[in-house]
Amino acid sequence: MPHDPSVDDLLTAVTGGFGTLETTVFRGQTSVVVPEPQSLELLTFLKTQGFDMLVDVTCVDYLEYRGAKQRYGLVYLLASTTTNQRLTVRVFVDDPVSDHEEWPTVRSVAAIWKAADWLEREVWDLFGIRFEGHPDLRRLVMPEEFTAHPLRKDYPLQGRGERHNFPVITRDHS
Amino acid sequence: MSIAYADPNTSPTARGNARSEDYLWTLNFGPQHPATHTTLRLVLKLDGERVVDAMPEMGYLHSGFEKIGEHLTFNQYVTVTDRMNYISPLANNVAWHHAVEKLMGIELTPRCRSIRTIIAELARIGDHLLSNGAVGLDTGAFTFFLYAFYQKEVLYDIFETLCGARFTNSWTRVGGVSHDFTPLVIEKIRGFLKTFPKTLEDMERLLTRNRIFVDRTKGVGVLSKEDAINGGASGPVARASGVTRDLRKDDPYLAYEDFDFQICCASAGDCYARYLVRMAEMRESLKIVAQAIENIPAGPVNVGIDQRTALPTKQQVYSTIEGTISHFELSMSNRGFEVPRGESYAATEAPNGELGFYLVGDGGESAYRARCRPPSLLHFALFPQLIRGHTLSDVVAVLGSLNIIAAELDR
Repeated sequence: MPHDPSVDDLLTAVTGGFGTLETTVFRGQTSVVVPEPQSLELLTFLKTQGFDMLVDVTCVDYLEYRGAKQRYGLVYLLASTTTNQRLTVRVFVDDPVSDHEEWPTVRSVAAIWKAADWLEREVWDLFGIRFEGHPDLRRLVMPEEFTAHPLRKDYPLQGRGERHNFPVITRDHS
Repeated sequence: MSIAYADPNTSPTARGNARSEDYLWTLNFGPQHPATHTTLRLVLKLDGERVVDAMPEMGYLHSGFEKIGEHLTFNQYVTVTDRMNYISPLANNVAWHHAVEKLMGIELTPRCRSIRTIIAELARIGDHLLSNGAVGLDTGAFTFFLYAFYQKEVLYDIFETLCGARFTNSWTRVGGVSHDFTPLVIEKIRGFLKTFPKTLEDMERLLTRNRIFVDRTKGVGVLSKEDAINGGASGPVARASGVTRDLRKDDPYLAYEDFDFQICCASAGDCYARYLVRMAEMRESLKIVAQAIENIPAGPVNVGIDQRTALPTKQQVYSTIEGTISHFELSMSNRGFEVPRGESYAATEAPNGELGFYLVGDGGESAYRARCRPPSLLHFALFPQLIRGHTLSDVVAVLGSLNIIAAELDR
């Protein structure tokens, strides 16, 4: 799909109010990186500019990515049903340095788009990023009593034995 | 803290004033229940037969598809995408490889685009047949369900002739498809095009003006246009509420720009509207297939050897050096193709809605992150607001009309 120039006009309007934001265009898709203190303001502003549909909220764990500076990259995919524009907003966060906090925290956009409700719950469940201001942040796909955050890169593919709590009886012992 | 186990008198949050709600009865609907279409759970708060609140729970079918996506190569992962929306696996395959090809910047051949379009539309017909059939089954119309499933068997026969598998096809590959159309496949598709409209008409005659069905579905589960957009709904669920968004027209991919078809929308937003939208979409899909099947471009179906992504034909392997090299590079496990270091999102209009994959490439042969954006997740999140105030029997009708597939929901 060819690059949409109207998104560029939007971006120049946006970045004017938020300082210089890093924008990249890859495969015809525009992506904006915004630091966490301004993420909620930028997303609220984008909703007023016609991005009425939140397509997805997801996260990428850059722990094993060569050249990554921060660990988690939150991705907000926005779309406009009126102008068919798409925009990707990325927010990078790191694991908290202090011992008092266990999880990185970002502000929730569930009040702006209702779709964010469950999508943010899933990011909390699988990546362990807390969303401040979320109405009901609890696990979505994993069981409630699960303790780890499985999609992080340091969690192994086959788990840490949560499914293997059963005693194994071999032929010679039975 | 679980929603259903906590003591209503001591726990805080969105349960309202617990003492005045003592007369309400909590009913656990699922996970094992014939009408929940796969394992999802609804905890319903009932006042007699009226649903006061519904708390959906999911995750019973979570299999870590996204984690697996970081370990399998792009051509291996297509087998996993089959198992997401398993009612129309070919649509998921097309969506996955559309995303991979977008990330890698591969341009498909005209023949491949046309063939993928035909098969994606046949998969859409199959999905809508099952979705509407299930709505019929859940509201008591068993004959309608059987008519729909017989036609699905005809479609499965076509898919089996095409790639050998009725169900979990894994048909697409990076840069092309695994099996090209043979004359027998084209003949079977033409036969389907001749016989299906009559069955569709019979099915409509059974339910569309059926007094019982209309009473059960009209005005039930109304989703307003603003709620649909705000809640991220897409596909027939959103179009039945008046959102005129169809990625085949708004963001065209494959060969959809070449064909003449219309987007089906309704404005009521209730279960009946969703049923009608799906029936109309089946007709439009038939139109697309009828136009496409007569105009398939000739030429190769996979991309050329110089792209080093699709396996070359045997003739190229045995007679040209580039073919041999390309075949070697693709078959050996420590070689394979180059993936750029970048991130991209590509979505297709799957039968259920906007199915998109957000892919992060890191230069290796498997994705660094393969995120699947499932339409069913957002539709299931909308469920509580659709069902408040309706009766218990409407729960089944609404759940069926949203077409929530738990495998896609949980991944």
